[in-house]
Amino acid sequence: MSAHTGRFRLSLARLWAMVVKEFIQMRRDRLTFALLVGIPIIQLTLFGFAINNDPKGLPTIVHVADAGPHGRSVLSALRNSGYFRPTEEAVSRAEIDRALELGRVQFAVTIPAGFERALRRGEHPQILIEADASDPAATGNAIAALSRVMTNALVHDRGDVTPAAPPPFDIAVHRRFNPEGITQYNIVPGLIGVILTMTMVIVTAMAMTRERERGTMENLLAMPVRPIEVMLGKIVPPIGMGAIQVAVVLLAARALFDVPMTGSFPALMIAVMLFIAANLCVGFTFSTVARNQLQAMQMSFFFFLPSILLSGFMFPFRGMPVWAQTIGECLPLTHFLRVVRGVMLRGNGFGEVAANAWPLVVILVVVTFVALRRYKRTLD
Amino acid sequence: MNGELAIDVTGLTKSFGGRNVVDDVSVRVRRGEIMGFLGPNGSGKTTTIRLLCGLLVPDAGEGTCLGHDVLREGEAIRRQVGYMTQKFSFYEDLTIEENLAFVARVFELDDRRGRVERTLERLGLGNRRRQLAGTLSGGWKQRLALAACIMHEPRLLLLDEPTAGVDPKARRDFWDEIHELAEDGMTVLVSTHYMDEAERCHRIAYLAYGQKLTEGTVDEVVAGAGLSTFTVDTPGAAALSRRLQGRPGVDLVAPFGNVLHISGRDGAALRATLAAAAAEGPAFDFIADRPTLEDVFILLMNQSTDNFA
Ligand SMILES: Nc1ncnc2c1ncn2[C@@H]1O[C@H](COP(=O)(O)OP(=O)(O)OP(=O)(O)O)[C@@H](O)[C@H]1O
Ligand SMILES: [Mg+2]
Repeated sequence: MSAHTGRFRLSLARLWAMVVKEFIQMRRDRLTFALLVGIPIIQLTLFGFAINNDPKGLPTIVHVADAGPHGRSVLSALRNSGYFRPTEEAVSRAEIDRALELGRVQFAVTIPAGFERALRRGEHPQILIEADASDPAATGNAIAALSRVMTNALVHDRGDVTPAAPPPFDIAVHRRFNPEGITQYNIVPGLIGVILTMTMVIVTAMAMTRERERGTMENLLAMPVRPIEVMLGKIVPPIGMGAIQVAVVLLAARALFDVPMTGSFPALMIAVMLFIAANLCVGFTFSTVARNQLQAMQMSFFFFLPSILLSGFMFPFRGMPVWAQTIGECLPLTHFLRVVRGVMLRGNGFGEVAANAWPLVVILVVVTFVALRRYKRTLD
Repeated sequence: MNGELAIDVTGLTKSFGGRNVVDDVSVRVRRGEIMGFLGPNGSGKTTTIRLLCGLLVPDAGEGTCLGHDVLREGEAIRRQVGYMTQKFSFYEDLTIEENLAFVARVFELDDRRGRVERTLERLGLGNRRRQLAGTLSGGWKQRLALAACIMHEPRLLLLDEPTAGVDPKARRDFWDEIHELAEDGMTVLVSTHYMDEAERCHRIAYLAYGQKLTEGTVDEVVAGAGLSTFTVDTPGAAALSRRLQGRPGVDLVAPFGNVLHISGRDGAALRATLAAAAAEGPAFDFIADRPTLEDVFILLMNQSTDNFA
């Protein structure tokens, strides 16, 4: 074989050289390795255990204006169904509205005054069940189960009624905030949060790593800039970018999907700014830890995964087990989703936004503290 | 006030992975003095400079820089020091002008525009101000970096191989400027591998394995090495060099074209060896010469047993 023909051959020695080099580099890159192993495990856990499309135990506010035995048995039937979990009792209409608007409860059950008497007279009185239908997936199964639940309740209660007989009262279901159960109404506001999480974290996750990788870090550290100045300097410009993204999604939401904006726009914008800042700070923290830009990207992805799955964006938050909800509560997206859905669909104003957005402030403060602690003023 | 010390640190020590990269180094530089840092690759020059400006925290050592405690008052030191890194560390995706403006803002300089303008002018880069710094040639990057780090009129300049890759004319201009600045009272600590630059320093220090082996004016360092040097002008310099290698008294042999430099610490033994070699033939004439700084440094390097890569 001449050297000439050898040029076109696959050389095992050369191939081996590449393979050996790649193996060494792969072994040094611990984070990639961790991701290769970690992602399947995390995905499996989240999808397998956390996600539940048949959410039960949904918080329910009850307003009992007539404390007769039939009203009681209806309530206990609701509870026994597993779907409804009475968490608070209202004494007025206003309380019900407030609990629903804040998103504190999923359902409100009202047993009207004179229910018992009307029932005895065979007047078919009405029990009112109001659902926060902004997320149709969260309430769908519970509502579907209602008539079966009621019939069974009466069978259980009065053995003389045959199971086939219709209950001697009516159930009026009001799907509030999204009466037609349009999924876009729920998804599109949520997308604002998802898009911001995805882009804002990545933007700042690169911030310090890029300085380090390009060697400009040494110069920056030698100059009299304080860590907080560096951090704010890195965070302020992308806030404008985020605001533009929000504007685009809001306009598209209105133009393409007819998603309403029933609440206070200024209140929403304040929450948006908070949320953007929280994500930028998370990204900045990653960038103080990551050794290179690839690692920064990987960390952002690692953060994005639970944000999507555990925040209530893709799957109803209340359907998840407690441990998953606890993780969810630590994610900025979870709180932002409550705010944005509240404002756009449930007509929230400043008061309700503040009630749902304060955890964002806590997250922001904690993350900023961590970032500044991680930021090193030396090259050690 | 010329006796005032701009840098006065003692016992500076820094280790990486259990290895002392800077080992008990003391640095004293008077105000307005130009101090040269020399030493082989990996001897700890960059690390020492980083320790002085607070970029690394020393494991041991103490002292002051411009009257401020090096361990505790890093902030105050940073404001008054101009540090030029060995590797270009300005923003390659900013233009020359934008880089200068950034530095001017960070140091909160008054008359920002005026300063940037004057700096561009002095550099002769006025018409290329909108060029991205990353597209400058290596030498021009160095010149930009120097200009940027003297813009805030620091009282102390720390220059880490500032002229690596710079052409001779620019190098000379650069040193003229350094001397001018020093005359106005700026203190300069500069690391270099060039002997001609070492000779332009008021004082030099020689580092190897993180230890300071010698320090003083060029003459003091050369004299302190106690070296005797002879030169031989012969066409067979390379062959003669091989013949002399390892003979008694011969510590260093280096051909420079047809001229052979032979040095040794034991002058008498060296002279005897040369006489014997000339007698063996082929004969040659040897004349006593003044050892150069380079001779001294190479000897110092050879004496140092092992060096970290
Ligand atoms: N961050 C670090 N981690 C581990 N070792 C380091 C680090 N920085 C420097 N070193 C080691 O310290 C030693 C001194 O390095 P330094 O850069 O100070 O040398 P230098 O004298 O500036 O060399 P050169 O002339 O090549 O610039 C080297 O052996 C180097 O490998
Ligand atoms: Mg160096």
